[in-house]
Amino acid sequence: MTMLLQTIDLKTRFRIPEGTIYAVNGVSFHISEGETLAVVGESGCGKSVTMMSILRLLPTPPAEIVSGRALWGNRDLLRLSENEMEQLRGREIAMVFQDPMTSLNPVLTIGRQLTESLRVHLGMGKEDAAQRAVELLEQVGIPDAAHRLGDYPHQYSGGMRQRVMIAMALCCHPSLLIADEPTTALDVTIQAQIVELVKKLRDQLHMAVIWITHDLGVVAGLAQRVMVMYAGFVVEEALVDDLYEDPRHPYTLALLAALPRVDRRRDRRLKSIPGAPPNLLVEPRGCPFAPRCEFAIERCRFEIPPLQPVGGTHTAACWVDVTTGAPR
Amino acid sequence: MQTSSQPTPVMLLPADELETPPLSPGQLAWRRFRRHKMALFGAVVLILLFVYAFGGALIFPESYANYTDTSLRLSPPSAKHPFGTDTIGRDVLARTIYGGQISLIIGLLAVSIESLIGILVGALAGYYGGFLDSLLMRITEAMLNIPEIFLLIVMAKFFGGRIPEIHLLGRVFSGSVIVIVVIIGLTSWMYLARIVRAEFLSIKENEFVLAARATGTSNFEIIFRHILPNSIAPIIVSATLGVANAILAEAYISFLGLGVQPPTATWGNMLDGANNYLESAPWLWFFPGLLILLTVLSINFLGDGLRDAFDPHSRAV
Amino acid sequence: MGRYIIKRLLQGIPLLFFISIILFVLMMNMGDPVATMGGRRVTRASDYERLRRQLGLDKPIYTQYLYWLIGNDWTKTDVDGDGIAETPGTRRGVLRGDFGVSLVTRKPVLQVIGERLPNTLILMLASEFVIIVGSLLVGVYSALRQYSVLDHIVTAFSFIGYSMPIFFIALLSMYVFGVLFKRWGLPYLPTVGMFDPQAGKTAAQVLWHMVLPVLSISIISFAAYSRYIRSTMLEVLGQDYIRTARAKGLPRREVVYVHALKNASLPIVTVVGLDLPLLLGGAVVTERIFAWPGMGRLFLDHVSRSDLPVVMGILMMIATAVVVFQILTDIVYAWLDPRIRYEK
Repeated sequence: MTMLLQTIDLKTRFRIPEGTIYAVNGVSFHISEGETLAVVGESGCGKSVTMMSILRLLPTPPAEIVSGRALWGNRDLLRLSENEMEQLRGREIAMVFQDPMTSLNPVLTIGRQLTESLRVHLGMGKEDAAQRAVELLEQVGIPDAAHRLGDYPHQYSGGMRQRVMIAMALCCHPSLLIADEPTTALDVTIQAQIVELVKKLRDQLHMAVIWITHDLGVVAGLAQRVMVMYAGFVVEEALVDDLYEDPRHPYTLALLAALPRVDRRRDRRLKSIPGAPPNLLVEPRGCPFAPRCEFAIERCRFEIPPLQPVGGTHTAACWVDVTTGAPR
Repeated sequence: MQTSSQPTPVMLLPADELETPPLSPGQLAWRRFRRHKMALFGAVVLILLFVYAFGGALIFPESYANYTDTSLRLSPPSAKHPFGTDTIGRDVLARTIYGGQISLIIGLLAVSIESLIGILVGALAGYYGGFLDSLLMRITEAMLNIPEIFLLIVMAKFFGGRIPEIHLLGRVFSGSVIVIVVIIGLTSWMYLARIVRAEFLSIKENEFVLAARATGTSNFEIIFRHILPNSIAPIIVSATLGVANAILAEAYISFLGLGVQPPTATWGNMLDGANNYLESAPWLWFFPGLLILLTVLSINFLGDGLRDAFDPHSRAV
Repeated sequence: MGRYIIKRLLQGIPLLFFISIILFVLMMNMGDPVATMGGRRVTRASDYERLRRQLGLDKPIYTQYLYWLIGNDWTKTDVDGDGIAETPGTRRGVLRGDFGVSLVTRKPVLQVIGERLPNTLILMLASEFVIIVGSLLVGVYSALRQYSVLDHIVTAFSFIGYSMPIFFIALLSMYVFGVLFKRWGLPYLPTVGMFDPQAGKTAAQVLWHMVLPVLSISIISFAAYSRYIRSTMLEVLGQDYIRTARAKGLPRREVVYVHALKNASLPIVTVVGLDLPLLLGGAVVTERIFAWPGMGRLFLDHVSRSDLPVVMGILMMIATAVVVFQILTDIVYAWLDPRIRYEK
C-alpha cells in the first residue's frame, strides 16, 4: 500500500496573552491508501489541532507550527503556499467537523454549498454541478434529493446536516478523509448510521480515513490501526486488536479499564483515572501522564519517553514495561 | 460556583499541585484590563483632566477666570495667557479650568440620574414582566424613537429659565446647570433600561433566584441583593460610556445656546458664537473643543477596556 | 411574511400616538408664541386675548391635542370672547394631513417644512453614502488584516473620530480647508450656506458647498461603523462554517466575500437601517455652523419662537420616519435571513 501522508515530529503552539499553549508536542504518524486510522484521546489532547495543523487551517497569529514535516507524497504540506493548500483541501484531503449545526453556512443554500467545491476544484458548469450534487445527496441517503438543493441548512436535522457535510467532503473523491469527531454531537442512533455511511463510502471510493474520537467503542468496527494521544503526545499506536488485547501504555490501560463492560461485576465501582490532565501552558518536562500514572518511576518525571516498538508494529511511549511493572 | 454567565477560559484546566491556583472572575477581569493598554492610557488621561479642572482651581482663582479686561480682548496665546483671551478679555485657560469643572460634574451627575432611572425601569420591567413590563417598554421605546438632540432641545425649552441661581461653597452657579443635568438624565436612561431588563430576564431564570424565593426572600431583596449584583458589569460599562455621552450632550446643547447659561462657563458654551471668530480667533474654540475630545476619548478607551475585561466575547460598537 | 409586516405596522401606530402625546405635553410649556409673534408687539390685552383664542391657545391641553389631531372644523370656537362659540374651525387635523399653520409665519406647516426638507435630505443622503461605502471598505479590510500596523492605525483613528464633538470637527475642517488653504493660496472650500448667492443655485455650487458639512457629519459615524463592521466580520470569520469553507479549499476571496460578508451583512443592515431616519433630524449643530438652510436650523428657529405646530410637525415626521424605518429594517432583515424567511 502506498503511503499517503507521513507526519514527522509535528509541534504546534499557541501564543496567547497568558503565555504559550503547548498543544502538539512532537506527533508522528502515517497513513496509507485505503487505511483507516483512529485517533483516540480526551478533549484537549491535541487530536484536532494536529489535523488542523497539517491542513494549515489554524489562524496563524495565535497558532504557530514550530517544527515538523507533513509529507503528502513528496511535498511537505507545512511548507506549501496558501494557494497550493487551497488546491489540495477538499480535493485530495477532505475534512469533516464535529458540530453539524454550526458547520454549514446558514445563509447559503445546501445546493450552493455542495456545488461550490465542484465548480472550484473540478471546473464543472452550473448544471452539471447541480446534477452531481443531487447524486451526492442521494448517495448519503437524503430523501427526495432533487428538490432539496434550494433548501437552507436550518431546514435539516442534525443527522441530515452531517450527511450533507460528508457529501460535501467526498464530492471530489479525495484520497484522504479526516473526520474530526463527526458523531459526537449526534444522537446515539444517528451516530451508528453515520458510521455505517462513512464505512460504505470509504469502501466504495477506496479512501483512507483518519477518524478522530474520544469514544473507544466506535473504533473497534471501523479502524485497522489506532493512535492514542495525551496532552499533545502520541502515547501508543497499534493495530486495533493489539491495542484492545495487549495495551502497553498506562494511559491506554486506564482508558480501557474505565470502559463500562457488560460482563463487569455489578457491585464494583466504575474505574476512573485519578488526577487531571496537565496544564498545557507549561512546557512539557517528562512524561505528561506521570502525575497520574501508577507505574511511574523517577525517570518519568524528567525524561519524555519516545515512541518505542514493543512488538510488531505496536509502539508505546513509556519507560516502564506495563506487563511486568519493571523499567525497560 | 460561578453564577454569572461568563464561560470558563479554556486554559484554566484543573490544576495539580505544581500549578498556580485558578483566578477569581474579579482577578481575571483585572488582568485583562491591565493588558488593555489603551484603557489604562484612558484612565490616566482622565485622571489628569480631573486634576486639571479641579487642581487648576488652586492656581487660578475663579475671580481671575471671570476677570474681564476688554483692552486685551481676543489676544492670541501668549506667555501670560497660554490659551489666549476671549471676546471680553477673559483668560481662556482659566475659563477652561472652571468650565471643565462644570462639564465634568454635569457628566457625572447626569449619569447618576440616568443610571438610577434606567436600573429602576429595567429591573422592574424585567423582574415583574407582564403588564408592567409592557407599559415600561412602550414608554422606553417611544422615547428611544425621538432623536436625543431634539428631545434635549425641547426639554431645555420646557425647563428653561425656571430654576434660580445656586449658591454653593461660596460660588454662584447658574440654575441651568441643574436643568441640564436633569434633562440629560431624562433622555439617556433608555439604553441602560433595556440592558438591565435583558439581564434580569435571563438571570431571573437561574436556580439561585428560585432558591431565594423558596426561602421567602422578599422581592425587593431578590432584585437588589441577588440579581442586581450579578448584572453589575454591563451597568458599569454603560455608566462609564454614559459619562462621555453626557459631556457631549451638554456640549452640544450649550453650543446651541440652550444649555448652561453664562456667566457659568462650560466647555460647550465657550464655543457658542465661536463661528464668528473662526478666522480671527481660532483659540476660542480650539482649546475647549480639544479638551472635550480628550475627555470623551479617554472615557471611550476606558469603557472599551472595561467592556473587554468583563466580557471578552462582547461585540464592541 | 405578510402577516409579520402587518403585525409590525399595527404595532407602530399606537407607538406613534404615544410619542405624539409625550411630545405635545412637553411642548405645552414651551413658552408663549403670542408674545414673540411676528416682531409686532401685541400691546393691547384684548388683542392678545383674541389672538390666543384664535389660535386655540386658551383651551386646556387635552382639547388642544384633540384639535391638533383631528382638527376643529367640526366644532365652533369662541373668537370674540363673549362666551358663545360662533366661528367654525378651519383645521382638519394631523390625521387628515393638516399639520396646521405656523404661529410665526402663518404659512402651512407642511409648506414650511417642505421648503427645507430637500436641503437636509441632500446632505444626509450624501453623508450616509460616504459613511456606508467608506466604513465597509475600511471595516472589512481591517478585519482581514487584523493585528497589522494599518489595523492599529485605523482603530486609533476610529476611536478619535467617534469621540470628537461634531462642532469640533466642523470648526477644524472649516479652519483648515476654508481658512488656512485660502491663506496658503491652495484651492479652498466654502464654509457658509448652500451656494454662493452671486453664482446662483447650481449643482456645482451645491456640491462644492456640501463637501465640508458632509465631511463633518460623516467622520463620526464612519468611525463608529468601521469598528462595528470590523468586529462583526471578525466574529463571522471565527465561525465554524468559515472553517468548513476553508477546509473545502475555496479560494480566500470567495470565503470572505461570499461566505463571510453575507452573514456579516445582516447585523450591518440592521444598524444602517436604524440610523437612516436620524438623518432627517439633520445634524442640527452642523447646519448651524455651516449656515445650511435645512430642517435642523428650522427646528431651532421655531423652537426658540415657541412655534408649536411647526415643531410638532418636524418631530412627528422624524418619529414616524424612525418607526417606519425600524419596521422596514426588521422586514429587510427577515427577508435576508433565510432562517426567518423560511420558517419551518
